[in-house]
Amino acid sequence: MNLKEWIFTTDHKRVGILYLIGSLAAFAVAGVMALLMRAELSTIGPTITANPTNYNVWLYTHGAVMILGFQIPALTGFFANFCIPLMIGAKDVAFPRVNALSVWLFYVGVILALATFFIPDPPDVMWTGYPPYSTITTGNTAMYSFTVLILGFASIIGGVNFLTTVAYMRAPGLTLNKLNIFVWCTLGAFVLQLIFVPVLGTAVSLISMDKYLGTNFFDPAKGGDVLTYQNLFWFYSHPAVYVIFLPFIGVVFEVLSTHAKSSVFNYKMVVYGGIGGIVLLAGEVWVHHLYVSGMADWLRIGQMVTTLMISIPVGLMMISLVGTLYKSSIAFTTPMLYALGVVFLFLIGGLTGIPLAVPSLTLAVSDTYYVVGHFHYVMAVAGTFSIFAGIYHWFPKFSGRMYNEFWGKIGFWLTFIGSNIVFWTMMDIGVEGMPRRYYDYAHFPQFESAHQLMTLGAVILGLGFAIAVLNWIIGAIKGPPAGDNPWGSPSLEWTTVSPPPHGNWPTPPSVSEDWHPYAYKKG
Amino acid sequence: MHKQLAAILRRTTVAVFGFALAASSWAAGPAQSTVPKINDPARGWDSLWHEVIVDITIIGILFAVVTAYFVFTSRRTAANPVGASPKLSPASAVGWTVLPIFVFLSIDLYTAANGWVLWNHYRDVPADRLEVKLESGMYSWDYTYPNGVRTQNELIVPAGKPVMLRMTSRDTLHSHYIPDFRVKEDSMPGRVTYLWFHPTKPGEHLVTCAEYCGVMHSYMAGRVIVKSAEEYAAWMKQEETMLAAATATEATPAPAKAGTPAAKPKKT
Repeated sequence: MNLKEWIFTTDHKRVGILYLIGSLAAFAVAGVMALLMRAELSTIGPTITANPTNYNVWLYTHGAVMILGFQIPALTGFFANFCIPLMIGAKDVAFPRVNALSVWLFYVGVILALATFFIPDPPDVMWTGYPPYSTITTGNTAMYSFTVLILGFASIIGGVNFLTTVAYMRAPGLTLNKLNIFVWCTLGAFVLQLIFVPVLGTAVSLISMDKYLGTNFFDPAKGGDVLTYQNLFWFYSHPAVYVIFLPFIGVVFEVLSTHAKSSVFNYKMVVYGGIGGIVLLAGEVWVHHLYVSGMADWLRIGQMVTTLMISIPVGLMMISLVGTLYKSSIAFTTPMLYALGVVFLFLIGGLTGIPLAVPSLTLAVSDTYYVVGHFHYVMAVAGTFSIFAGIYHWFPKFSGRMYNEFWGKIGFWLTFIGSNIVFWTMMDIGVEGMPRRYYDYAHFPQFESAHQLMTLGAVILGLGFAIAVLNWIIGAIKGPPAGDNPWGSPSLEWTTVSPPPHGNWPTPPSVSEDWHPYAYKKG
Repeated sequence: MHKQLAAILRRTTVAVFGFALAASSWAAGPAQSTVPKINDPARGWDSLWHEVIVDITIIGILFAVVTAYFVFTSRRTAANPVGASPKLSPASAVGWTVLPIFVFLSIDLYTAANGWVLWNHYRDVPADRLEVKLESGMYSWDYTYPNGVRTQNELIVPAGKPVMLRMTSRDTLHSHYIPDFRVKEDSMPGRVTYLWFHPTKPGEHLVTCAEYCGVMHSYMAGRVIVKSAEEYAAWMKQEETMLAAATATEATPAPAKAGTPAAKPKKT
């Protein structure tokens, strides 16, 4: 294996695996940040650092890297790159070299994010970077802006590439209504990225211009406005939740239906109602992040209704996931356990979001651990579980080998138990008033035992994740050969050899009239 | 228990009858609300929160039970090698889309209607109120009463009178969060925001900063001290005297009351 071949590769599968390695490295670093924070919070007062700035930098890194360095690249980088051309029967993506550029940019972004630890003035602006703090802090806001810009640019390039690929490079006979749900979901995510990433780029550029170049976009003393940034930021960053949600729920559809050998329940409802509905609504709900920040009352009320309506497409998808299990044939493999874990725990994550859609209710719980618990159920639990389900599911395809089922299950149960301990407790003390982003909770002594419980849960959770990652590394090196189609799926990516060669198929596949990616057969 | 049952029943009914009923119950809501002249948002919050939590628990359990049932009855065995779910007819596919949309939408609109009513309570400040200006800064809360009296990190208010804060900030974002009164709102430079709450009996309540504002964010705390009307009047009189004395001597502007520094809230 030649390192140069990998770095300069234009093969979509290798680009995908580079994305996977980079995003898992980012995940490990951001995960360690979470453990450091939990260690700090295990007692009232200073525990492992006496300097609150250290804690704030961990918090910044954890949030920014988990979202921009792990979840978005793993889902729209690794899974999209590896699966989409294989699922649509294409030899590669439409612009393979542009694809290589996107992974290079991604690595530059990740290195920039991790360089945080080696500069004297690390950014401490949280992943949101709200001014005025971000424009007056001694921390390095430019670092934050450039990290976001570069990762955003990598993602836009990917978006253009995949929309073109799916539009023009589908196998003969593969009509739109026969695309895998994952392909549809990723298309939806890329449409959102293309529309909204430029807004984020604008927002983070403007704060750096304010701080370093003397402009006054957000300085009210000179005619700027503080709230403008928050609007710009969330105008991207709420759709970003769906950029993560859509591909991850797509992965869950693939895993669930394959390992249950049951076709996706009401396919068109998922595609047009679920994915279409989310893409339509995604840009009209950002104000729910600003319910307590002094927005005009009519905007808060208007977006309460649109935010609540998100429950419709998401609910349709949940009905389809549950319906897929009806009269199915479930094999309880590791990826299936993670996928089922998502179905159960996303219920908690999704439903606890409903009170947060109501502005009057958020006046008490906004900016508390309730919100943190809620979005960790969505992102850290459902999101990460889906990524893990997907990696296990396609592991035989991209490595050609099999992971260890026993350790896979151990890892799953540890993460399942650990995450519920951490995030349920979080929501619980949040409702009672524990505010987020606190280095110390000296005036909430009643929560000390809850914090200690969460620290314990975080250790269990971290152990589970570590076992899974080790399982992949060991499996990729010396697992038993997996065969071309270990799960018995008709989906196109399983029709080639494992791992697929450059060009994917010796002769490009075509699909027949009665073929469908979810038409399972016996055996 | 019967209260919860009633809540469940009511919402199930609404889910069935949908939008029309939801809208009418919202429209009728404010008119029916009876005696108390002051709609205390904190109490309204408690009951709406409770209702919504009951709602989502029911929905969650419903989904989870059905899922668990399907999972336990669909293990792969030699007799069940491949899924055998029936193929949906076009009509039932549409039905499975439209019916859930209808149910979800009615729950959404019902929740929105309730949320709106409570929202109005949060935003309509009673006319008979004590209005205090708040300037927040890294890392303290500075209150100014209508008569010019100033305090720091201690908001002293009389029991039984609604209190309104008109807030701004001299540096970064802050959020004046009083957990016991279920309310917060950000303050920022360049804009004036407000919140109000209704203290009913003497006591002390924590105020804490809920919007990341800098290095010492987690130490930015204060207290709302609710005194009985008489004690409050006595305290205010004393403050006024001190303020007058300070103004008379033409010394530096009335010093902010030497409250405890925000970094270390005093435990009392």
